[in-house]
Amino acid sequence: MHVPDGFLDAPTSVATGVVAAAGVAVALRGAHRELDDKTAPMAGLVATFVFAGQMMNFPVGAGTSGHLLGGALAAVLVGPFTAVLCISVVLLVQALLMADGGITALGTNITLMALVGVVVGWGVFALLRAVLPKRAALVAPAAAVAALLSVPAAAAVFTALFAIGGTVPVDTGAVLAAMVGWHVVIGTGEAVITCLVVGSVVAVRPDLVYGARPVLAARRLEIRRPGVTA
Amino acid sequence: MGAGHGHRLHFHGHSPVHRAPAHLKLLALVAFMLLVVATPRDWYPVFAAHLAVLLSVILVSRVPLRYLLPRMVIEVPFLLFALLVPFVAHGPQVEVLGVEVSEPGLLAAFALVVKGSLGVLASLTLAATTEPDEVLRGLQRLRMPALIVSIMGFMVRYLDVVTGDLARMTTAMRSRGCDPRSPRHWPTLARSLGALFIRSYERGERVHLAMLSRGYDGALPDLRRTP
Repeated sequence: MHVPDGFLDAPTSVATGVVAAAGVAVALRGAHRELDDKTAPMAGLVATFVFAGQMMNFPVGAGTSGHLLGGALAAVLVGPFTAVLCISVVLLVQALLMADGGITALGTNITLMALVGVVVGWGVFALLRAVLPKRAALVAPAAAVAALLSVPAAAAVFTALFAIGGTVPVDTGAVLAAMVGWHVVIGTGEAVITCLVVGSVVAVRPDLVYGARPVLAARRLEIRRPGVTA
Repeated sequence: MGAGHGHRLHFHGHSPVHRAPAHLKLLALVAFMLLVVATPRDWYPVFAAHLAVLLSVILVSRVPLRYLLPRMVIEVPFLLFALLVPFVAHGPQVEVLGVEVSEPGLLAAFALVVKGSLGVLASLTLAATTEPDEVLRGLQRLRMPALIVSIMGFMVRYLDVVTGDLARMTTAMRSRGCDPRSPRHWPTLARSLGALFIRSYERGERVHLAMLSRGYDGALPDLRRTP
């Protein structure tokens, strides 16, 4: 899903670059609140984790495979601002050191995957968390729904960009249907993996999951005495 | 395990392109690619000129083409998409090799392939001639926010460590009969990804403590040239 050079015209690429720079600037301010002076090493290691997670391919069907985008996953695990930074840095490293994703499309890729992916993912997750009962078991399903919706949302924004600055004379409606349809399938895989990963971290180290903190705060310490039934 | 911080694309050399300051190379890459992307799709001689410029840079860098070309497979999924375009695009139809295809679609697909391939080849040239540390120093020189540069620095430093962790975990799973490609084993796969997250996060905490004990005050010292 990395957009290559030449897919969108130059003005659109520059405009999304400006949007991406503004979004990353906001995230830089916010990440200090989430992690204080730990930001650089923690975000660096989480970015490396997201990169490693993206290396794991899962079969989507029809012989193709998708890989984790990780926007919703990172947002739930480390918080939205740090997640935007992590995904942006992953895309920067992939563009500069791995030739994956065009350099002029870097702004587009950051806007789609880091900004839209994380903002939609976190928005859906925060909404569900506010509505659902505060139980640790519900963090992972909420993250799954967030992942499921964030991927087609990024695809829909891509289609909008394509309608504005696309270089291919294809009917926008057809692109929208194909992109969103295809990404619902990818989003389903993303949702399953996100749910399982968040579930496994919540089970072992719930204190590490940023999205689970309000749930943990609502927990009461329970002291049970042996032989005494409550 | 901590060895080999060079990345997989770097091609060791001492050409003028290798020695050029990284920030100039980064600026040149962005300027070149903006020019390529802004070129109207039917200016064929200009594309030939772009390719000639790029090939002459590669020639000067003395990175063999047979090193760069196999690494262009990264754009294959995108090429498949470009192949589809002439069939789904609208506009007047022309017949090519007995198949009806859209003429503007054909032109657009040509432009996509040319621009995309030029982009991949140019990025590969940068990656092949520039050490990751140099890229970081270049970004620093270009006034990239310090926090982004240091996050990227940590990522470059721990990339091989974390992917090594993942590779060992995958080997361990495979040797116990797990097939990471089968959806039946997704729960196992996801648990190991969860474990990888915890290991990475805890490694980050240990690195932070180690940095504090060496006098870290929130700002990294300048990225010095390592001997």
